[in-house]
Amino acid sequence: MPHLGPITIVTFLPAATALVLLVVPGLSERLWKHAAVASTVVTFLFSLRLFQGFDPTRTGYQFVEHVPWIPDYGIHYFVGIDGLSLLLVVMTTFLMPVTLVAAWNDVHRSVKSYVFFMLTLETGMLGAFVALNLFQFYVFWEVMLIPMYFIIGIWGGPRRVYAAVKFFLYTMFGSLLMFVAILVVYGLHSQQFGQPNLDLVAAPGTSLPGLLDTTIPLAGQAVWWKTQTWLFAAFALAFAIKVPMFPFHTWLPDAHVEAPTSGSVILAAVLLKMGTYGFLRLGVPLFPAAAIEFTPIIFGLALVGILYAALVAMVQADVKKLVAYSSVAHLGFVMLGMFAFNLEGVKGSILQMVNHGLSTGALFLLVGMIYERRHTRQIAQFGGIAKPMPVYAAMFGVVTMASIGLPMLNGFVGEYLILLGTWLASPWVSSAAAFGVVLAAVYMLWMYRRVFFGPVENPENRGLIDLDLREKLVMVAVVLPIVWIGAYPDYLLRRLDASVIDVLRRVEAASAQAASAPVTVDATRPGAALAFAHEAEGSR
Amino acid sequence: MVEAARALPTLAATPSTLLRWIPLLPLIAAVVHGVMLGLLRRTLSRGAVIALSVGSVIASFLLSVVAFGQLIGLPEGQRAFVDDVYTWIGAGRFSAEMSFLLDPLSAVMILVVTGVGSLIHVYSVGYMDDDHRDDKGFQRFFCYLNLFTFSMLMLVLGDNLLVLFLGWEGVGLCSYLLIGFWYMDKWNAYCGSKAFIVNRIGDFGFLLGIFLLFSSLAAAGHPTVAFRDIAAAFPRIAEQTVQMPDLLGGGEWKLATLIGVLFFVGAMGKSAQIPLYVWLPDAMAGPTPVSALIHAATMVTAGVYMVCRLNFVYTAGPGAAALVAWIGGVTALFAATIAITQTDIKKVLAYSTVSQLGYMFVAAGCGAFSGAIFHLATHAFFKALLFLGAGSVILAMHHEQDVDKMGGLRKAIPITHWTFLVGVLAISGIPFFSGFFSKDEILLAAHGAEQIPGHEALWAIGLFTAGLTALYMFRLYFRTFHGSFRGTSEQLHHVHEPAQTVLVPLVVLAVLSAAGGLIGVPQVYGDILGVKNANSLAHFLAQVVGLHEAEVPQAEELRLAALAVLVASIGIALAWWLYVQAPSVPQRVRESVGWAYRLLFGKYYVDELYDMLFVNPLKWISENVFYKGVDAGLVDGVLVNGSANAVQAVAARALKYLQSGFAQSYLFFMVAGALAIVAWLVV
Amino acid sequence: MVPLSHVIWLSAALFTIGVIGALTRRNLIVILMSIELMLNAVNLSLVGFARVWGDLGGQVFVLMVIAVAAAEVAVGLGIVISLFRNRDSVNVEDVSLLKW
Repeated sequence: MPHLGPITIVTFLPAATALVLLVVPGLSERLWKHAAVASTVVTFLFSLRLFQGFDPTRTGYQFVEHVPWIPDYGIHYFVGIDGLSLLLVVMTTFLMPVTLVAAWNDVHRSVKSYVFFMLTLETGMLGAFVALNLFQFYVFWEVMLIPMYFIIGIWGGPRRVYAAVKFFLYTMFGSLLMFVAILVVYGLHSQQFGQPNLDLVAAPGTSLPGLLDTTIPLAGQAVWWKTQTWLFAAFALAFAIKVPMFPFHTWLPDAHVEAPTSGSVILAAVLLKMGTYGFLRLGVPLFPAAAIEFTPIIFGLALVGILYAALVAMVQADVKKLVAYSSVAHLGFVMLGMFAFNLEGVKGSILQMVNHGLSTGALFLLVGMIYERRHTRQIAQFGGIAKPMPVYAAMFGVVTMASIGLPMLNGFVGEYLILLGTWLASPWVSSAAAFGVVLAAVYMLWMYRRVFFGPVENPENRGLIDLDLREKLVMVAVVLPIVWIGAYPDYLLRRLDASVIDVLRRVEAASAQAASAPVTVDATRPGAALAFAHEAEGSR
Repeated sequence: MVEAARALPTLAATPSTLLRWIPLLPLIAAVVHGVMLGLLRRTLSRGAVIALSVGSVIASFLLSVVAFGQLIGLPEGQRAFVDDVYTWIGAGRFSAEMSFLLDPLSAVMILVVTGVGSLIHVYSVGYMDDDHRDDKGFQRFFCYLNLFTFSMLMLVLGDNLLVLFLGWEGVGLCSYLLIGFWYMDKWNAYCGSKAFIVNRIGDFGFLLGIFLLFSSLAAAGHPTVAFRDIAAAFPRIAEQTVQMPDLLGGGEWKLATLIGVLFFVGAMGKSAQIPLYVWLPDAMAGPTPVSALIHAATMVTAGVYMVCRLNFVYTAGPGAAALVAWIGGVTALFAATIAITQTDIKKVLAYSTVSQLGYMFVAAGCGAFSGAIFHLATHAFFKALLFLGAGSVILAMHHEQDVDKMGGLRKAIPITHWTFLVGVLAISGIPFFSGFFSKDEILLAAHGAEQIPGHEALWAIGLFTAGLTALYMFRLYFRTFHGSFRGTSEQLHHVHEPAQTVLVPLVVLAVLSAAGGLIGVPQVYGDILGVKNANSLAHFLAQVVGLHEAEVPQAEELRLAALAVLVASIGIALAWWLYVQAPSVPQRVRESVGWAYRLLFGKYYVDELYDMLFVNPLKWISENVFYKGVDAGLVDGVLVNGSANAVQAVAARALKYLQSGFAQSYLFFMVAGALAIVAWLVV
Repeated sequence: MVPLSHVIWLSAALFTIGVIGALTRRNLIVILMSIELMLNAVNLSLVGFARVWGDLGGQVFVLMVIAVAAAEVAVGLGIVISLFRNRDSVNVEDVSLLKW
């Protein structure tokens, strides 16, 4: 029995709690809820230990654990974190207890199953973030689908079944193509190194190179389905659906509107990040040349997503749907920064993943709180809410401002770095995307005005009760990091350097190679050239 | 990055940890209020609020004075304090420090901001006591006001573009919150959002300006956003040109011009210049102290400050400078014409503010940056005075703002009347009041700005606007304080001079408005009186913005000043004739040129035009084409549900009969299949 | 010693009986028994082959199958009982809800 590493504990603690609860008979629903919150809080504390022990100056993965699982097929239990996964892991473990506490009264039917699904969901998400073996990644990637499917399908709104099936099929459609691509990469790797291995990188203490060391043919060097272009396309489709990028986004508004509050929060805050994380962890490093090749397409789709989703959000009558469309726009920014392929853009993009998780998560929490009171989310039903619910209005205001990128709150830092990075890659794209920031202010403020300001015209809004202690605690817990990241983002940004430089080096090498070999992809973006050369590794 | 910066001849700065406390004090007060109200739902007592809020701003003012004193103590040419707190954002070559810079330019600004700010805080105590609305909130008001002071101080003290931008957006937020302070009124809330969004459009240009400036400097090996480094490195990129795309007319632009234009788009939003001025008149929906502090004295001048801060960009980019000057000139005239017809006392002052900001941009565009800052300071005095005076009138009239319902108030509220008159004289440019010196400096700069195309026309516009300014300000003055009372008798009965806290700031500001011009007396008067370096402000600012030497003969300069005074006097005389002597004339004029009057009274229908051109089409397209067409129709309807429906159709027609529900028929198929496979293998 | 062919014939006969039983009977208990019959037919042939080839693997496999079959019967009977409680019937024709 190998020693349990910190990552394993963080990953499996929630699921282990769920299993224990399942086998111990006669526990009350209340106890289940308490146990779930306790377990997620402990998970969060453990993940803070990871944060504390993380050495920002080191390149490569830390807290690595490598145990054979099905070694004959190159399948290992292989986990480790770098700056990218560290941030996402801590964000996930942080949001989980917050969400559970916030949704304390949200679920009335089959509370035990709900708790069970939430806990397994957390393990699924964390497992995907820390997995360094492609098979393991795929397993966790699919594992988290199932609890979310049930959470939407059982505890959702009136059209929950439609939304759940749509969510499931959409995601499944992409991931199956990705699975095929994984098998192809696996085959190429075995061919080149003679030994099966699905680890991303060579595990410490072993000599077998990982998948990232595989030479994957460029267009024209092999049959089409073995080339980077098509493999990247398969991965990209899976991730683009999850992100979601325009035009694969239509599952998102439905899923969000129908999901219960906690489902929406986790869906927006964490599950969507799987897509962007996948691009950065797998898509780009595995197929850097193809990633460069696809940059114009990704830029185009991200840009369309930003502007289009903002415009569509503007005309929504349902607050939750509005927030859902705003998610599409925000994630467009994340994609934009990532494919700028410079330190500014990619670091901004990663930070924006966390920012979006916090601010959009908080927005969904807030929408859930008013829904619990009024059982409606139609903007037209509200108006003047600031009078009966000043604390709620204040919290909503802060989060709204974070979401539209006000400096000193978290959204600004990410958006700014993304736009700057994009500008360095392509000023025109950046200019157009910056207009999305204007539109964000339009739809968020318009919504805020119609919900909170004006006279209280609807008599049902007159007797609304302001946030209680539990809800206040939840909101404070979310708003604090929002302010903290806005005021001192460098604390997190510093931890990203090593992993981002690693990804950029691969892109760099591919772009240099492409420039020298005339047969292959045309280097659409020579601007990627050594954007980070000035930055001595970990010098700050 | 550090090494690159070191190679530049950057101005050395003395470290000082004092600076951070200047913005921090109001922030602490704002945070305390914010947590109390926004989280605990507890209100502090009135006294505690006053002590905390007013106290923190006054403390901040005192610190500013101390810092100013220390700055003066440094040798000329090296006057700069820097307070480096921590690294705010760092990524790749980009790095923004949370650091503050006190140089002559920011010193003038913090004195204006905290000085006028303190007075208006004091005034607000009296003003907000009188608030009887449902959505009143004494502490909430001071929370926002403190937050505003913090943001404004960040804006002017920031050592780099990012901290400036932080303050820039922060003041926008506070403006939004304060315009919509009485949030239960839909109109106020609308005006607040409008202000924020129009400002955002400007910020869009500002952001692109930062990006272009940073990327150009980075390409030249100096990736920096810190002002002193930019100033040092800018000459290395100043002569570069950019190929513009055909969409924007093509051709080669000077890089400096393009950067200058982008930053100026930001200034258009914040400082309410054409075409983004539309939010400022509506901003008058906020409480009057807010109009005085934010929408007259400080926030709206941020654009002027920014242009002066980046003066080297505009010096190197004549195209941008010309744009700044002309937009300023046209805005000045345009707003002044609207102001003539407005009847809301605050609306008149709002358009007047737009017009005066235009003046400042004329100066900045013509290269007279110290002139722009000078007018900024004097305008802060007299416009704050006028707004506070208007607020005092509004209090006296029980929240009546329509001058058509006032008149003859000079006896009822004498202190307000006299201080208001000082403000009116100052803004009209009557000799030796503060506005006289600063406006003359601007007109002189426009007159001599050979580098600006059509600078003589610009000067003529400025002169004509000066006349209009005198006309509409005296119109306002006469309509309010002279003639007979036109309101209800009950209103008249209640007219009274407001509380001491309201009156003291008025008096102090009146003194400043009258005498504030002495900080920047043009040298021509200095020569007459035998004083060297009479324009102490210009010399003080020279380190940052350079010295703008007017190359006009003394006699010419005096002649121009006299002309300006003459034009202003004509305006005053006209106002006196129209509104005191022959009050029936305006009515007849109105009737004879009805279309022109309606055009002006309707503010040229710009709001309606914007709605028609941008707002409504965008909403329509979003709703009908994007949401209903693309999202629901194309993607969901055709692709997603369409494919599902296709599968369903096939299944419903043919495949469903295979699914009988009997386990045994399934088993039968299985066995039959197995047998078929066996048969195939055997045969 | 019984020749292998006998074993196979017996096994095939049992299997066929099982298949026909499972296909034609309507009583769930009988169907379950038929399935058991098929399993045991396979077991028989496994044991037979194991002896002929002298490979213990076949016998081990049989033990495995028996264990699985036991579990399967337990689950199967459980389902039958809960079905009976709900519907008062163990006739498969009464449980044909899973269809179009």
